Amino acid sequence: MLEVKDLHAYYGKSHILHGVHLRIGKGEIVSLLGRNGVGRSTTIRSIMGLVDCAGSVRLKDEEMVGLKAYEIAHRGLGYVPENRDIFPTLTVRQNLLLGQKKSNATGRWSMDNLYQLFPLLKDRAETQAGFLSGGEQQMLTLCRTLMGDPELVMIDEPTEGLAPKIVEQVAGLFEEIRKRGVSILLVEQKLAIALDISERLYVMGHGQIVFEGTPRDVRENAAIRKEWLEV
Amino acid sequence: MEFFLVQTLNGISYGLLLFMLSSGLTLVFSLMGVLNFAHASFYMLGAYFAFQVSAKIGFWPALVAAPLLVGAIGMLVERWGLRQVHKHGHVAELLFTFGLAYLIEEAVHLIWGRSAVEYRVPAELDGPLFRIIGSQYPIYRGFMMLVSVTVLVTIWLALTRTRIGLVIQAALTHPQTVEALGHNVPRVFMLVFGGGCALAGLAGVIGGNAFVTEPGMAAAVGPIIFVIVVVGGMGSLAGAFVASLLIGCMQTFAVSLDWSLAGIKISQVAPVLPYLLMVLLLIFRPKGLMGTREG
Ligand SMILES: Nc1ncnc2c1ncn2[C@@H]1O[C@H](COP(=O)(O)OP(=O)(O)OP(=O)(O)O)[C@@H](O)[C@H]1O
Ligand SMILES: [Mg+2]
Repeated sequence: MLEVKDLHAYYGKSHILHGVHLRIGKGEIVSLLGRNGVGRSTTIRSIMGLVDCAGSVRLKDEEMVGLKAYEIAHRGLGYVPENRDIFPTLTVRQNLLLGQKKSNATGRWSMDNLYQLFPLLKDRAETQAGFLSGGEQQMLTLCRTLMGDPELVMIDEPTEGLAPKIVEQVAGLFEEIRKRGVSILLVEQKLAIALDISERLYVMGHGQIVFEGTPRDVRENAAIRKEWLEV
Repeated sequence: MEFFLVQTLNGISYGLLLFMLSSGLTLVFSLMGVLNFAHASFYMLGAYFAFQVSAKIGFWPALVAAPLLVGAIGMLVERWGLRQVHKHGHVAELLFTFGLAYLIEEAVHLIWGRSAVEYRVPAELDGPLFRIIGSQYPIYRGFMMLVSVTVLVTIWLALTRTRIGLVIQAALTHPQTVEALGHNVPRVFMLVFGGGCALAGLAGVIGGNAFVTEPGMAAAVGPIIFVIVVVGGMGSLAGAFVASLLIGCMQTFAVSLDWSLAGIKISQVAPVLPYLLMVLLLIFRPKGLMGTREG
């Protein structure tokens, strides 16, 4: 589905990614882990075409490097930014509408569908999104991207700062996403939900992938956890 | 009393005209971060195009054709000029629009000469709309108000009720997120820039014959709309609206009052008043009347 090879990324003159490799199959949930500042967000932002980068990103055998972000989105890649990046002055409903790439496009997810999954969003449909709680905003950014019917969705630190109960809800949504045949690239810092739901994990350090394996490998490999994950 | 009423109406119609100019400037600034020094040049182009088209086929076709033409030029400027320059940062963009303003002025000199052209109010709109006691209020002023209000309400509805309007609103604060959702943000920039130019062009069409159409008109109004954008608060449409009406009324009253203070006539200092307001505001309230960012 997605194959990233030798990806280098730059912010101005600073070289942030030094040859990242990763691969995600159809319907797979893969996590990208690592400490603060190792370049996880930069990796998915580069894949999405939002950062200057070199190397190769192939989605369903088509090269993405060099395309604009909106063109990449139209080819089936979804991106859920970190920090619950909702449009604060627009209503919940308007935020969701902007997730659609074309008006009245249909796909795996409809607005009613998402409202069913999250009745809270329905109750607050006409509220300005800036007034939602942190957990509700996180749900909204996820649902907004799903409205665009991606085949692979990259999600940046969705559980950061959320109460355990809401983290459970988020994990529930990931199951639903997988059920509908959509792949997930999950960026996390904590192992918490990543170990439970991922098929495979990548660990990043200093702008490179330093470990690749299954949740079991990570559980059994204390050295890796100690060197690259635990703070 | 009737003097007051007529001057207030004049002030409002001038203020609305100023808002047609400042709204585009402030929207382009908040969306693209570009302070367009050439914005008033598009106002001038609107007036000259309207003069040319009215001479050939009449005022009414000019009212539609001239703004569209100016808008098209604006889109070309954004697509093939600004977008290329953008890679080199905001200073380069600023210099680019600066150069563009001179280019347009020189082009106007070359094509239409250095003195004012005979761009007149059409006969059917010439004459008084109503009289109260001694004063009369011209039809054309009423017409200007009607056009401005209609256009501004239409734009307001487009911004708040349509999909492209939502995309614009979201792109104001989160351009990258909007683009990653699959919206062609560069094209939205081009449309907004072109739309702002078209609006300035329309202001030129209805202002050019109410005032004068001459090569200095851009340089005369340019600084005023900058003052409005600063006074209203950089990037705030509501602020620009309030500041436009405020400065429109202030200038109208100042030039028509013959009060004097310490031997200086108010009408003599009228041209300085907007700048005075801006300087005071920058000292006491640097983010402007309704702005959210400092300076
Ligand atoms: N816009 C930017 N300009 C310059 N440097 C940046 C920018 N964004 C990130 N960086 C730098 O790039 C490096 C990687 O940042 P990135 O955001 O990818 O980290 P991360 O792994 O997502 O961690 P976290 O989300 O916890 O910050 C950091 O050293 C950061 O300082
Ligand atoms: Mg990050």
